[in-house]
Amino acid sequence: MELVREKVASVSASKANSFRSGPDERGRFGIFGGRFVAETLMPLVLDLDKAYTAAKADPAFQAEIDFMQRDYVGRPSPLYLAERLTEYFGGAKVYLKRDELNHTGSHKINNCLGQILLARRMGKTRIIAETGAGQHGVATATVCARFGLPCVIYMGTTDIERQKPNVFRMKLLGAEVVPVTSGTGTLKDAMNEALRDWVTNVENTYYLIGTVAGPHPYPAMVRDFQSIIGEETKTQMMEREGRLPDSLVACIGGGSNAMGLFHPFLDDPSVKIYGVEAAGRGIETGEHCASLKGGAPGVLHGNRTYLLQDDDGQIKDGHSISAGLDYPGIGPEHAWLHETGRAEYVSATDQEALAAFQLCSKLEGIIPALEPAHALAFVTKIAPTLPKDHLMVMNMCGRGDKDVFAVADHLGVTL
Amino acid sequence: MTTRLEKRFAQLKGEGRAAFITFITAGDPDFDTTLSVLKGLPAAGADVIELGMPFTDPMADGPAIQASTQRALRNGARMTKTLELVRLFRESDAETPIVLMGYYNPIYHMGVDIFLAKAIDAGVDGLIVVDLPPEEDDELCEPAIKAGLNFIRLATPTTDDRRLPAVLANTSGFVYYVSINGITGSASPQARNVADAVARIKRHTSLPVAVGFGIRTPEQAAEIARTADGAVVGSAIVDAIAHEIDGNGNVKPGAVERVLGFVRSLADGVHTARAAAAE
Ligand SMILES: Cc1ncc(COP(=O)(O)O)c(C=O)c1O
Repeated sequence: MELVREKVASVSASKANSFRSGPDERGRFGIFGGRFVAETLMPLVLDLDKAYTAAKADPAFQAEIDFMQRDYVGRPSPLYLAERLTEYFGGAKVYLKRDELNHTGSHKINNCLGQILLARRMGKTRIIAETGAGQHGVATATVCARFGLPCVIYMGTTDIERQKPNVFRMKLLGAEVVPVTSGTGTLKDAMNEALRDWVTNVENTYYLIGTVAGPHPYPAMVRDFQSIIGEETKTQMMEREGRLPDSLVACIGGGSNAMGLFHPFLDDPSVKIYGVEAAGRGIETGEHCASLKGGAPGVLHGNRTYLLQDDDGQIKDGHSISAGLDYPGIGPEHAWLHETGRAEYVSATDQEALAAFQLCSKLEGIIPALEPAHALAFVTKIAPTLPKDHLMVMNMCGRGDKDVFAVADHLGVTL
Repeated sequence: MTTRLEKRFAQLKGEGRAAFITFITAGDPDFDTTLSVLKGLPAAGADVIELGMPFTDPMADGPAIQASTQRALRNGARMTKTLELVRLFRESDAETPIVLMGYYNPIYHMGVDIFLAKAIDAGVDGLIVVDLPPEEDDELCEPAIKAGLNFIRLATPTTDDRRLPAVLANTSGFVYYVSINGITGSASPQARNVADAVARIKRHTSLPVAVGFGIRTPEQAAEIARTADGAVVGSAIVDAIAHEIDGNGNVKPGAVERVLGFVRSLADGVHTARAAAAE
């Protein structure tokens, strides 16, 4: 009896000391997260939670994901020592986690695969999603094609303009792309419209959210599906260097690629964790997407987190050169990691990202997406200041094919 | 303590008629127009007034209310001005209940305690906050009830019998049945489905049940009023306001009278519904 009590106490103590035990049963990470949705959606969100909990415990579900991750997505993605960048920086040893090599060109497919298999288990027959850069839209359209499910993608008109190649890809894959004109026509507006579709089509529709946001269980579920990034990194680094990395760097839109890399390392205190938000034209200009640096806690899209908002609690439109980072919020788990101090959140401007985009292309022969170019911009700043035995992993979460037209435009080149 | 809402529904019950509940967005298209419409609503037949608190991201609203919100925000609407509208309305009307309807973030940003104090001070009677389900009751619902406001919850077609008790537990004033799965201003509900749903909710509560979403005409309002304790019209009134804005964004002369005329036609539909049915 005594022993049992002691054991329970020690388990809950270790749980309390863990950064990996969240969210609680209300879907909260500290005060962040939760289920702030209209009543129409609440039963669906509870259903989803139940279905996901059951699937997670089912080895057959995991086996299905593993098989598809290997043969369809092409995982594991390599952990690549970027020798020329490392040499150029003259400091930390910089590794790139090559999720841009995944099928469809970004980390987004990791999550889509998990969720489409879940949607099938739940008997859903229609898939909807929001997209900013179009990478999540493409990944969703891809898995819908693969499993023969109709797919509707909501995308802001501003993003449609700056990510044209992805719009065409989605259509090739058989998806319907619905332009969203409200607000500034970016990711937040696309998410509003997807939610409106969902409340209207509750019977058959599965909402496949593309980042670690939305009502519980989405932030935790998307994180779990993306955690394969961090788990592989851990194994690969042990094989390669015989020890854990010293630091992790990832860009943050909603924060899914970052959560995926970070989560398996949260309880390894020697690992420093950096999330890089988009500073747009500079935080001081107000035209940015750095919710932690320039926002305040609030409630949007089903969860409490840091949001860009004015003094009346109205949501402000962000700005970033990167459509994938152009979101006025951040996943609730990041808000919590920020407040607890476990992770450090920094930012990079449009210009810094553009410079990193070109640097990586020239030195490594890897054209990054504009999103991870923000992460690289931060690496550019700190790697030179660190010792040569410092092991740094940056998540190269997407490739830049989709961005070449927009970047040419910014550089004043006509194609 | 009996609230204005409770008094109003009791009075209507005594008169054997349903409540006509109107929704407009605060500050749409501007502060003065809203104030004039607001002051004219009771005489035009509104029994309860829902006043929308503008929010940039009205996720449960269709194009009409989205546009009204944007017009209001463009013309300087903010939470303090919404409360000011209520205060000015109360100077000349001590009877008609006002329910503020909107989303949580502007309230959360102001601070729940400050908001509740200001709302009560202005003369607000109840709150409908779309993105606060019973799972988040400790955020605003419980403090609001403690402070003496009614907290009106939405029940929907997806709220099944298992869930209904949880939804009704902290609901007061009335229950708002959302007659369709969808956003405001979309398809109109089937009268028979609504009657069944109202009966189902009434098995679980003695509170009045009002029905909204998709009611656009006096005929539809009348049909709903035959089976429910109240009929809510929002998008159709908001559309009527939108029609009064000219190409330069100015409000046309005589706008308020025409909007109130439309409201009166809806009110007549609701108020004569049961009499017509009895004949
Ligand atoms: C390549 C890439 N990286 C990052 C992001 C940002 O999303 P998240 O922060 O969820 O990883 C996107 C979003 O579209 C993306 O396409």
